[in-house]
Amino acid sequence: MAVSLVDLVKHGYSGDDVPDDDLLRACVHCGMCLPTCPTYRLTGQEASSPRGRLWLMKSVADGRLDLLDPEFDEQMYQCLNCRACEAVCPSGVHYGPLVEAARSQLEQHRPRPLWQRVRRRAGLNFPFSRVSRMRAMVNGLRLYQRVGLSAALRKTGVLRLVRLETLEAMLPPIQEAPLVSGKESWNPPLVEDRIDLFNGCVMSTVFSNVNRATGRVLAHNNVATAVPATQQCCGALHVHSGMMDEARKLARINIDAFAGDGVSPIIVTAAGCGAALKEYGFLLKDDPNYADRAARFSGRVQDVTEYLAARDLVPPTHDVRATVTYQEPCHLAHAQRIIAQPRKLLAQVPGLEITEMKESSLCCGSAGIYNIIRKRMADDLGDRKAENVVATRADCVVTANPGCHMQLRTSLKRNGSEMPVRHIVEILDEAYGGPVVGSKATNA
Amino acid sequence: MDRQQLLEELERIVGHDGIRHRPVDLLVYEYDGSVDGAVDTAAPTAVVLPRSTDQVSAIVKLAKRADLPVVARGAGTGLSGGAVAQRGGIIVSLTRMDRVLDVNLLDRTALVEPGVINLELSDGVRDQGLFFAPDPSSQKACTIGGNVAENSGGPHCLKYGVTTNHILGLEIVLPNGEVIWTRTAQDGYGGLDLTAAVVGSEGMFGIVTKALVKLTPIPAATTVMLAAFGSLDDASRAVTSIIAAGNLPASLEMMDNLTIQAVEPAYHAGYPMDAAAVLLIESDGHPVEVAESVEEIEALCREAGATSLRSADTAAERDLLWKGRKMALAAMGRLAPNYYLHDTVVPRSRLPETLETVEAIARHHKLQIANVFHAGDGNLHPLMLFDRRKPGDVERILEASHDLIHECVRVGGMLSGEHGIGTEKRGYMTLVFSESDLRAMAGLKEAFDPDQRFNPEKVIPTGYMCGEVKQLHLQAMQQQHGIVPV
Ligand SMILES: Cc1cc2nc3c(=O)[nH]c(=O)nc-3n(C[C@H](O)[C@H](O)[C@H](O)COP(=O)(O)OP(=O)(O)OC[C@H]3O[C@@H](n4cnc5c(N)ncnc54)[C@H](O)[C@@H]3O)c2cc1C
Ligand code: SF4
Ligand code: SF4
Repeated sequence: MAVSLVDLVKHGYSGDDVPDDDLLRACVHCGMCLPTCPTYRLTGQEASSPRGRLWLMKSVADGRLDLLDPEFDEQMYQCLNCRACEAVCPSGVHYGPLVEAARSQLEQHRPRPLWQRVRRRAGLNFPFSRVSRMRAMVNGLRLYQRVGLSAALRKTGVLRLVRLETLEAMLPPIQEAPLVSGKESWNPPLVEDRIDLFNGCVMSTVFSNVNRATGRVLAHNNVATAVPATQQCCGALHVHSGMMDEARKLARINIDAFAGDGVSPIIVTAAGCGAALKEYGFLLKDDPNYADRAARFSGRVQDVTEYLAARDLVPPTHDVRATVTYQEPCHLAHAQRIIAQPRKLLAQVPGLEITEMKESSLCCGSAGIYNIIRKRMADDLGDRKAENVVATRADCVVTANPGCHMQLRTSLKRNGSEMPVRHIVEILDEAYGGPVVGSKATNA
Repeated sequence: MDRQQLLEELERIVGHDGIRHRPVDLLVYEYDGSVDGAVDTAAPTAVVLPRSTDQVSAIVKLAKRADLPVVARGAGTGLSGGAVAQRGGIIVSLTRMDRVLDVNLLDRTALVEPGVINLELSDGVRDQGLFFAPDPSSQKACTIGGNVAENSGGPHCLKYGVTTNHILGLEIVLPNGEVIWTRTAQDGYGGLDLTAAVVGSEGMFGIVTKALVKLTPIPAATTVMLAAFGSLDDASRAVTSIIAAGNLPASLEMMDNLTIQAVEPAYHAGYPMDAAAVLLIESDGHPVEVAESVEEIEALCREAGATSLRSADTAAERDLLWKGRKMALAAMGRLAPNYYLHDTVVPRSRLPETLETVEAIARHHKLQIANVFHAGDGNLHPLMLFDRRKPGDVERILEASHDLIHECVRVGGMLSGEHGIGTEKRGYMTLVFSESDLRAMAGLKEAFDPDQRFNPEKVIPTGYMCGEVKQLHLQAMQQQHGIVPV
């Protein structure tokens, strides 16, 4: 029986961000990507595989499937956009931009109920479009963690009422005050290179300690760090949710903010942000005023591990006596293909033992805001990850992205493990002695 | 039985979560890994994802009552259309039966479900010093069930043999729903060796629900040699003389200049860019043996005119040399957006002239053809490069394929080394098999599957099965009057 959906097809792609036809046709449905795909591994079904999703996208382009078919929507959003498929594809299919374009099509054409639209705006656009808002929110949360309100509130169920429960459970203890862009810098006595730090919304607030540690570690390596003042959120979460216009707005702001000398490396401490920043060139390719600048901006972006591993690390001075296992953030390993560098850095830390976990590059289920909107699938992936992490018997799991950090922490906790989670820079910082007052690495 | 009833009964067997039947769900089961144009896509009536042998058996019995074809499916990486439901019917996807049930270190065997991924089986027993020897280039993705059905091979099958040499027994569901265990002559069991019949039967005799496989000890020493040559001819002569001298390398692979041009810039494996061909030769076994054979093989390569020789003993160096070969297909994207991978086998002695013929075909059809293949067993993999978007490219590829297959058969070759016949090469079967050969195959098929229920329209060309006339008639009726069964 031949499947003919043609009679039923009313909506095809149109408007902005149509999935690129050449990119789509590059997929020769060989299936080599299947086992790397977390959603395929969990379900075993073709529609939940990269190849299946690409075939669905192609079917819409060919007029064989309606853009607004609920299963199409389901599959485009069930995808974690972890890009594991992209990294292994022999034919070089650029999966990320394709699924993002498909989502943008859905956002443009799919009538969503009002409450859904409001919630999406409130949940994503509001905090992530202005770092100041995020800062205010996180400052509030920090206060609330400090005064011990959290346990009390959890008991009363107020959190569940305001749907913050999942979010709240994910947050690690916030260690330091937010790092306000433009307010801090690191200037070692000997300067071999200068970088601009991308501060990020979650990194500058929830994980401001990591960004400060980055300034110190770079200073130990004779690199001066500035944090350009007017920078905003990278827009990754908007791109992942098909909110391309909002993402482009943020991209332009950041390109202006980092105009500076136009050459200094832009260093990123969150893999997810780094992957998005490296794609500004693609995001703004049709904007006559920004296309070139965006491409040049993307060319300057480097993950902190990428940058440090390419330099000869000044030998760390302090032993870190621990066994760690490294969880590869998808947007580092797959989207940016940075695999060896973090391991190389860890190997240079005196005293540190590294033990590899099984499936270290399989998505942990964080995937931006996926663990909030699709809790069940995310929890399944989180449990699988926790099991692999615990099996290594390491003292600590190291990663390089805030989403993974929080997901690992909650998954480990849910599975009864208290193993700490740390950013790789925190380990390096410790190996250089940490935040010692008066050292050459203190910020000014 | 109407469609609604069928779906309800299927759901009763596999549960709500185990069945896919909406048109949009079926779209993604239209294809497998084969090239568009060489294999037509077709959608099934329904897809089920069973979790146990009992469920598979119940599905098959139901299909019999509903008189529907049944097509088993593993990862869908097959290159000959084997997992495509050409006549509709029920696709039984075995991806959820993916457990390694038992590993017996003393007997060196593993009992696995069919959905286990080839490489993951090897990875799982590596710490015990063992591996599953058949290593198709698709081993990261393909399943043991698919390997059994296609009798798959890979670079290391020169020494270790193809899938059939590593299967000790199979649990299969027969077309009437009965479950049997096949044994094998290898373990000294009398009776007919049904395992040998089922391996390579492309899903036409039974659905594999468990496999007892042989695990092989990882050799104590392994050396990989890279020999470069100034001509394909010299490289082919080296191949023949290495084998003729009584060596049995673990693998003996050849890559031509076009392949090197694609691979070297991508992976920096260290292949000389100006070589007309390189041989990748792996020798493994006892360290003393390996050292001796490396010396001999190097001498033979030099004699055949090798322009350079290198060898790698450490795992890292070996992996790098292998990476170029294993990722050769991947790297082709640097030369052209699409490729059609062929799979003909010729007698080793005819390699040089066959390679010349391939070159002539490429010239004639104005195509680029890269050669990367298992030279040791004469299994050619000419890769025809093309661009699907260019009008006429697909047609030219199909014509060139036709010429290639005819030429290989002319020098005594075979249609397929390891990718199977499926629907892709079914039309060529009469080229290599006589009427009687084909009738014998059809007879065996009928013995297993008198209703032609399992994977119809595969391997055996039209006209050799009884009952086929009735089906053709039915098909014509369907096309003319839009009658759709179920
Ligand atoms: C890039 C690439 C490289 C490849 N390289 C090689 C190679 O080097 N060597 C090689 O031999 N092949 C190679 N192949 C072909 C393919 O990977 C093999 O044929 C593989 O064994 C198919 O496994 P699968 O799980 O994908 O099976 P599928 O494609 O799903 O099915 C293949 C056939 O097996 C049948 N089948 C599947 N499961 C069962 C079961 N449980 N019981 C009964 N029948 C079943 C199907 O009906 C079908 O006829 C390659 C393919 C690709 C895309
Ligand atoms: S995305 Fe790449 S690896 Fe996956 S099926 Fe398509 S071509 Fe193959
Ligand atoms: S991005 Fe990740 S989840 Fe999405 S299809 Fe690719 S591998 Fe699967």
